[in-house]
Amino acid sequence: MINLNTPAINTWCPGCGNFAILNAMKAALGSLAEEGMPIENVVIVSGIGCHAKIVDYINVNSFYSLHGRVFPPATGIKLAKPELTVIGHAGDGDAYGEGLEHLIFAAKRNVNMTAIIHNNRVYGLTTGQYTPTSPLGFKGRSTPSGTKELPINPLELMLSSGATFLARGTSHGLELLKKIFKEAILHKGFALVDVLQVCVTYYNMYEYYDKRVYELKDHDPADRDQAEKKIREWDYNKDASIPIGVFYKKDAPTFEEGF
Amino acid sequence: MNDFSILIGGKAGFGIDRSGLLIASILSRMGYRIYIYRDYPSLIRGGHTFSIIRASDQKIASHKDSIDILLALNQDALNFHKDKLNKNAIVIYDSDLVKIEDLPSGCKCIGFAASSIIKEEGAQEIMRNSCFVGAICKAGKIPWELLDEEFRLEFHNDIDLNLKIARRGYDSVSESHTITPIEQKSLPLITGNEATSLGLVKGGLKTYISYPMTPTSPILHYLAGLADKFSIKVVHPESEISVILMALGASYAGDKVAVGTSGGGFCLMTEGLSFSAMAELPVVIILGQRPGPSTGLPTYSCQTELHFALNAGQGEFARLIVAPGDAEEAHYLSRAAIDIAWKYQMPSIVLTDKNLGEGVYSFDESILPSIKLAEPVTWDGKTPYKRYLDVESGVSPIAFVPLKNNTIKVNSYEHDESGFTTEDPVVTKKMQDKRLRKEKALIQELEIYETVKVYGNKESDNIILCWGSNKGVCVEAAEKLNWKVVQPLYLSPFPIRKMEAAIKGAKKIIAVESNATGQLVKLMNLYGLGADETILKYDGRPFSLDELEAKLREVGI
Repeated sequence: MINLNTPAINTWCPGCGNFAILNAMKAALGSLAEEGMPIENVVIVSGIGCHAKIVDYINVNSFYSLHGRVFPPATGIKLAKPELTVIGHAGDGDAYGEGLEHLIFAAKRNVNMTAIIHNNRVYGLTTGQYTPTSPLGFKGRSTPSGTKELPINPLELMLSSGATFLARGTSHGLELLKKIFKEAILHKGFALVDVLQVCVTYYNMYEYYDKRVYELKDHDPADRDQAEKKIREWDYNKDASIPIGVFYKKDAPTFEEGF
Repeated sequence: MNDFSILIGGKAGFGIDRSGLLIASILSRMGYRIYIYRDYPSLIRGGHTFSIIRASDQKIASHKDSIDILLALNQDALNFHKDKLNKNAIVIYDSDLVKIEDLPSGCKCIGFAASSIIKEEGAQEIMRNSCFVGAICKAGKIPWELLDEEFRLEFHNDIDLNLKIARRGYDSVSESHTITPIEQKSLPLITGNEATSLGLVKGGLKTYISYPMTPTSPILHYLAGLADKFSIKVVHPESEISVILMALGASYAGDKVAVGTSGGGFCLMTEGLSFSAMAELPVVIILGQRPGPSTGLPTYSCQTELHFALNAGQGEFARLIVAPGDAEEAHYLSRAAIDIAWKYQMPSIVLTDKNLGEGVYSFDESILPSIKLAEPVTWDGKTPYKRYLDVESGVSPIAFVPLKNNTIKVNSYEHDESGFTTEDPVVTKKMQDKRLRKEKALIQELEIYETVKVYGNKESDNIILCWGSNKGVCVEAAEKLNWKVVQPLYLSPFPIRKMEAAIKGAKKIIAVESNATGQLVKLMNLYGLGADETILKYDGRPFSLDELEAKLREVGI
């Protein structure tokens, strides 16, 4: 197995859900490299936040971007060199807040790239404020009496925006996460994986998710209606069972092919 | 008649721009040098729009106040501009729409029924401009063949109908004066925006990214139309924030990339500008100035973004800023902006404005300076690659993904030589010093470039100081007054030594700027230099030659 470690010292909190994403991504890349993917062709792009430190921890090409700005540079990289494998790591504040328009446009254009959203539903690095996917009434440092707005369901938004691969994972369950990541990377088109990553310090949801999460079975990702139904099963707010796995997959022309 | 001005005016949607360009092209074929000033409001239909076409036997880049030939496509065109008519001016007008009254007695009026002709031929509104081109050619004894050739070159659709309408205009009026051909080589006509585009392409542009905004949208349109021909990619993303970040991604992956915008869009680009400096990702920004604050006057011109360009973006970093004054300078400075950005791995800004970008010039390729290409420092492949290797010049060898057995890590955080995030105080200082040393190396290289231009009488007591699109009008006024003109082409790094030398010995330095606060003067003040007088104009309109000359006479010695 290829060594993807770097000399950078890891500064995530012990028990942080980002470790699962890091390990699953390293395993997915290692396995793809063994299957013949040139590792020098991989570029990971990140935003700003706890998630973004991942670029320092994987020994591949990287573009440590600005908060909310993962998808424009990723698109630019694909435009210049379509043969590169581009993986964007973004937080929920990054992708669903500050940079939402970029996310919608990347999906709309069907840029051939992978988006891994470290969705911990709280701002970690800025020490505990609500995000676009925090549930109604979330008490954060900027909303001490609870938020007064409902969360968005990012997968539903992405489905209507034109994303051609949609999946959900959790930071509990490395094997499934690795499998989803590999499939997302191999998908030709815009692939988004919303990972319910747990922030142990500001929003520890391990127990909550463990009780509700179940893996999709007998689900046909080519069936858009079925995908929509499954995506709507949990709205990131109400108490419901939470399906994980690949919801939707579709073949469509990519943005870069047009140039 | 070897220096005259034609004003063509009418409603937006009448094809004023096109007919102005057609007339200019015909005159250009006759050996005239051309400058066109275009004045239009921010709307699509209706409203008053006009072009001033100035033709001369000398190369020019300014317009005059007085009009020799007025083409009035409607009543407004006559009413708004009749005060500027020369005493022997010729007025060619649509007799169906325009009532002639209160004109200076020496004016010659040539009316013809343009609207009726359009109606009779079942042609579109916009084709009336062809009718006027025919009329002005006949009135000035310009051979029909010249018009015919020009129309066949310019029109792709409805050539026959346009020619027929032009012919009816031609036949409707009688000869009144003689526009004589000039015995010199004809030069192509080009806008400042087109010159900028071609300069970028010459510099190796691979990708152009822009969100539409006056006055740089024409670059986006021009390059998009020629993308296949030049083998470039042209993209119009969701916002200016996306524009610059997408450009930085393309830059990282090895494309020479430029973006275009105006002040408002540049506001959104500032985080990307600062990122470009920190991550040392080269990019060229075409910043077309228009009057602000805020939305301001979208379709007019100014020089108000010099200090914005100098100071935009958080943190302290080096940047290149060039300010071309005409089409030739727009061409070679845009190319130099690419060369320097990629050699020094820093953002380059080409500061233009609406007058330069949308103005039309006779373009003389033979006067372009032969610039030495600034070659990027590349990686030799012998030692493991470090994107931010701390070398003496500060310019780390550049390489692009993919590199076998090596990674390229770029970072918006402070980082070490390999691109890993750091908060270490020693590394922080070392890397900031490294980035700033690049500016010193650039200053040294710029010594061999012509960074400051000097025109006119080198011994004059009076010096006109100008930058950007005011160059043309200042140089011409100085010729009349026998004064000297100093024009810095590079504003960052500021060519202090050369500016000092250029203004030495003057008794009076008069700065001419299109802003309200004298931005070039303020910049010079930082270096202990300055001006004795300022002539500032900030109504969105360019200085006319007559206007500037009068103002200069007031303050000069």
